Amino acid sequence: MDILPTAPRDLLRVEGLSVSFPLHRGELRAVDAASMRVLPGRITALVGESGSGKSMTGLTIMGLQPAHARVGGRVIFDRGEGAAVDLMTLPRDGRQIRAIRGGQIGMIFQEPMTSFSPLHTIGNQISEALRLHLPVSAAEARARCEVMLGRVGFPDPGRVYSMYPFELSGGMRQRAMIAMAVICGPSLLIADEPTTALDVTIQAQILALIRDLQQELGLGVLMITHDLGVVANIADEVVVMYHGRVVEAGATETIFRDPTHPYLRGLIAAVPGLGERGRTRLRPLREIPADGIRDLARMGLQHAAPRRAAGPSRALISLRDVTKTFLPRHQSWGLLAPKPVPMPAVDHVSLDILRGECLGLVGESGSGKSTLGKLLVRAIKPDRGSIILDDGPSVIDLAEASGAELATLRSRVQMIFQDPVSSLSPRMTVGNILSEPLDIHRRGSAAERRRLVAALLQAIGMGEGAATRFPHSFSGGQRQRIGIARALALAPEFIVCDEVVSALDVSVQAQILNLLKDLQRELNLTYLFISHDLAVVNYMADRIAVMWRGRLVEIAPRDIIMQAPIHPYTRSLLAAVPVPDPARRLDIAAARMPAEKAELLWPEAFREAPGAPAELQDMGQGHRVRMRTSCRASAIPRTGAAR
Amino acid sequence: MNGPLPPPGRELGHYVSDIPFDPKAEPGGAYLGMGSASQFRLTWLKFRRHRLALISGVFLLVIYGSLLITEFLAPYRLDSRNLDFIYAPPQRVHLFHEGQWVGPFVYGQTMRLDLDQLRRVYSDDPQDIQKLRFFCRGEEYRFWKLLPADLHLFCPAEGGRLNLLGTDRLGRDVLSRILHGARISLTIGLLGTMVSFVLGIVIGGIAGYRGGWFDHAMQRMIEVIQSIPSIPLWMTLAAIIPMSWSPLLVYLGITVILGMLDWTGQARAVRSKLFALREEDYVLAAELMGAKTPRIIGRHLLPGVLSHLIASASLSVPAMILGETALTFLGLGLRPPVTSWGILLTEARGINIVALYPWLLWPMLPIILVILAFNFLGDGLRDAADPYH
Repeated sequence: MDILPTAPRDLLRVEGLSVSFPLHRGELRAVDAASMRVLPGRITALVGESGSGKSMTGLTIMGLQPAHARVGGRVIFDRGEGAAVDLMTLPRDGRQIRAIRGGQIGMIFQEPMTSFSPLHTIGNQISEALRLHLPVSAAEARARCEVMLGRVGFPDPGRVYSMYPFELSGGMRQRAMIAMAVICGPSLLIADEPTTALDVTIQAQILALIRDLQQELGLGVLMITHDLGVVANIADEVVVMYHGRVVEAGATETIFRDPTHPYLRGLIAAVPGLGERGRTRLRPLREIPADGIRDLARMGLQHAAPRRAAGPSRALISLRDVTKTFLPRHQSWGLLAPKPVPMPAVDHVSLDILRGECLGLVGESGSGKSTLGKLLVRAIKPDRGSIILDDGPSVIDLAEASGAELATLRSRVQMIFQDPVSSLSPRMTVGNILSEPLDIHRRGSAAERRRLVAALLQAIGMGEGAATRFPHSFSGGQRQRIGIARALALAPEFIVCDEVVSALDVSVQAQILNLLKDLQRELNLTYLFISHDLAVVNYMADRIAVMWRGRLVEIAPRDIIMQAPIHPYTRSLLAAVPVPDPARRLDIAAARMPAEKAELLWPEAFREAPGAPAELQDMGQGHRVRMRTSCRASAIPRTGAAR
Repeated sequence: MNGPLPPPGRELGHYVSDIPFDPKAEPGGAYLGMGSASQFRLTWLKFRRHRLALISGVFLLVIYGSLLITEFLAPYRLDSRNLDFIYAPPQRVHLFHEGQWVGPFVYGQTMRLDLDQLRRVYSDDPQDIQKLRFFCRGEEYRFWKLLPADLHLFCPAEGGRLNLLGTDRLGRDVLSRILHGARISLTIGLLGTMVSFVLGIVIGGIAGYRGGWFDHAMQRMIEVIQSIPSIPLWMTLAAIIPMSWSPLLVYLGITVILGMLDWTGQARAVRSKLFALREEDYVLAAELMGAKTPRIIGRHLLPGVLSHLIASASLSVPAMILGETALTFLGLGLRPPVTSWGILLTEARGINIVALYPWLLWPMLPIILVILAFNFLGDGLRDAADPYH
């Protein structure tokens, strides 16, 4: 690992890079005198939160910055052989920079959905990239593409060559993207958040792939990311950016062992971890005082505390055999086409959510966890099964409620959304957004509504001045807090939090998580906390349920799931979480295996097959695991943590 | 400043910058100044930068404002004729007479019948200086058909005459007729657009938010309406209007016809926008609060598309004006004595007019200008309509 190249050189050396944009008055400095380097065959991670200028740095190195940006500084690209060039001095869109871009520097982007043209086949686009830079015949290009597609992990490169991007999943598309980026044999790869849009297991595979390629092809990689877990797992050197400036840089071990700049220290303290460490209260960069929440409690938003005494407490919500299938859009002309077999998004799920608990729900995209969340707030109706809400003296069946019952239900059960941009009506002031639910339910007089809005704003750590402003003037974290306040306005007892922090930066995430925890404690709320991030769920949840292809495969108190998971799917999820600690890196060998293959290696008891009925079986201590009915629960060995 | 960088290829030390870190500084401070700016204000700020659209907007405001005081602006009434001056060419305004300052005036004209070519020949009489008067008492009229008045912005000299754009075959002043015709032509565009706007929002709104059978039915209906060639359809509908109706009723009938045929595009625009918007989380949030359909459409969805609608409506006003002109030109729309630009152009058809009395084609100029202005304005509004992007 420590064999230095014979002639010491930097593959990429960025010196005092500045990028600024002219504004009405003055200018916006997106990147301010940033310096960094990438050694040949090594990975440098560029870390920062949104708005830190890290992506702009990557684009500017490639000469792809917006046309009206003003740039300064030097970007020296040196492939050895005495051929160092300053990329900044090359004419924009000239022949030289175009030969380097794509030919000697490859780039992969965050969004695998949009980085391929939907109209051409994968092979077509990759061989185009190749033939733009190298004089090869069509047949040769095809051959080299197929080799590369095989190299990035496609079992059948010939077939993938003639497939269209929409036929591939996000992870597969990202693999194809990597193949396209390295097909010309570049010496530098710039990867801008390459795994952010992917599930953890897929993320682990892609990280393993990048590591392999880097070692095999001697690639230098500039990895732009906000995820400290990814950094610790893959990088050799780390550069931390904040407000366009480099605040700390060093070898990965040094950075994580001895973080020095207050910003980096704050950032690391704000990341939730797995295991014991995940339980201590996070220290966000900006904490919201809980006094406002207590005022809210006094205004009648507090619910009766759950009885912590012995004996099973009554479930607030019970699901029994809930099934929901989304039919493909009806096509009146499709009489002759074969009817597609619909996969249920939620498949016979039975579950109790106890009063006052936070139930974590994890699973990868497409596992049906969001659909389950929507069923629980009656955004959609189940096809089959019952969802019973215990409403004090009476009960409400969510599946059947209508009229007055539905109105009651709306005020008892609320939801907080993932996307802080799309969840607030852009044409309404924050005050109107918060008072609208009261307006709809005709609660209180205008003065009382105003008072409650002020109290809600106080509780989320905002001044009353926020009420007259529009959502566009708030940052993502602030908007998410407004979304929380709106969900609280009707004094619901049960709130579904659907990926509420996945669109937020780490420092803001900790703040939101703490706010949710404080609210739950002070107002005795019950949460269903949906997330794909196991560390976040570990921090929030009392119990954790794991979903896989619409089915509940494991449910248990948090510590059992974290330390002694039984279902192989839960184990693979846990094993794929990158931890921000270079001493505990991911098991690369395990991550190399595609999920479809890994599934075949599961013990027989867990494999789903037609004719082999499976159900949740009780393992004791509230731990239930889905396995074949033909297997006895006691036959499954209880083992220690996967990691 | 290469602070964090060691010499090329050497080991990287641990670099820590001395940049202070203020955890209280909320990100996104750049927006704060515009925090309480409503969407309308943001749109205006963006629109203001679109020069051509701004100028067009001001131009249209002035034109539409002038409709309120047409009688005052026009030197003659709509129906006043001067039988001595038939097909008189435009008079030129002079300032100097034989090198001497006189102020704005026109020469009186004498008419001679050219019996060889069978046409009237007008020539300036250099002795007859007719000074223009401003804010003067001229022809009497009834302001808005109610108040008797005789004040004009400018009028001919006592006993003289003033036809800056010439006269037509009945000796009527073309300029005055253009100004009066603007009232009908420009308002027909607005009224028709309003009819189509309301129809488009209601039908497109319900179809877009609800979908289902209503959407299907409306889509098919729109396709049928759009597939019928427009001129025969206009002709059919115009034929429905009874001949016995008063010209004013005919005018209203024509606006309604134009509006009823134009809503289809508007409805489709609303529908496709709502299809996109109804997937936004804030719509689901409103549903989860228990909001009913009219509230969701009215308070959450329409405000999001209104700016686009206004922009597209401003682009459809010219089509209305042209539609009226075309209908009338075909003899199916308005009929004299109501005067619109279409009527004026009807009177100007025929090759001999183009050859002999080209000034009768002047009504084309305001039509072109107004339509261009609406197009520029609509363009600017459309660009400014979404200030968040």
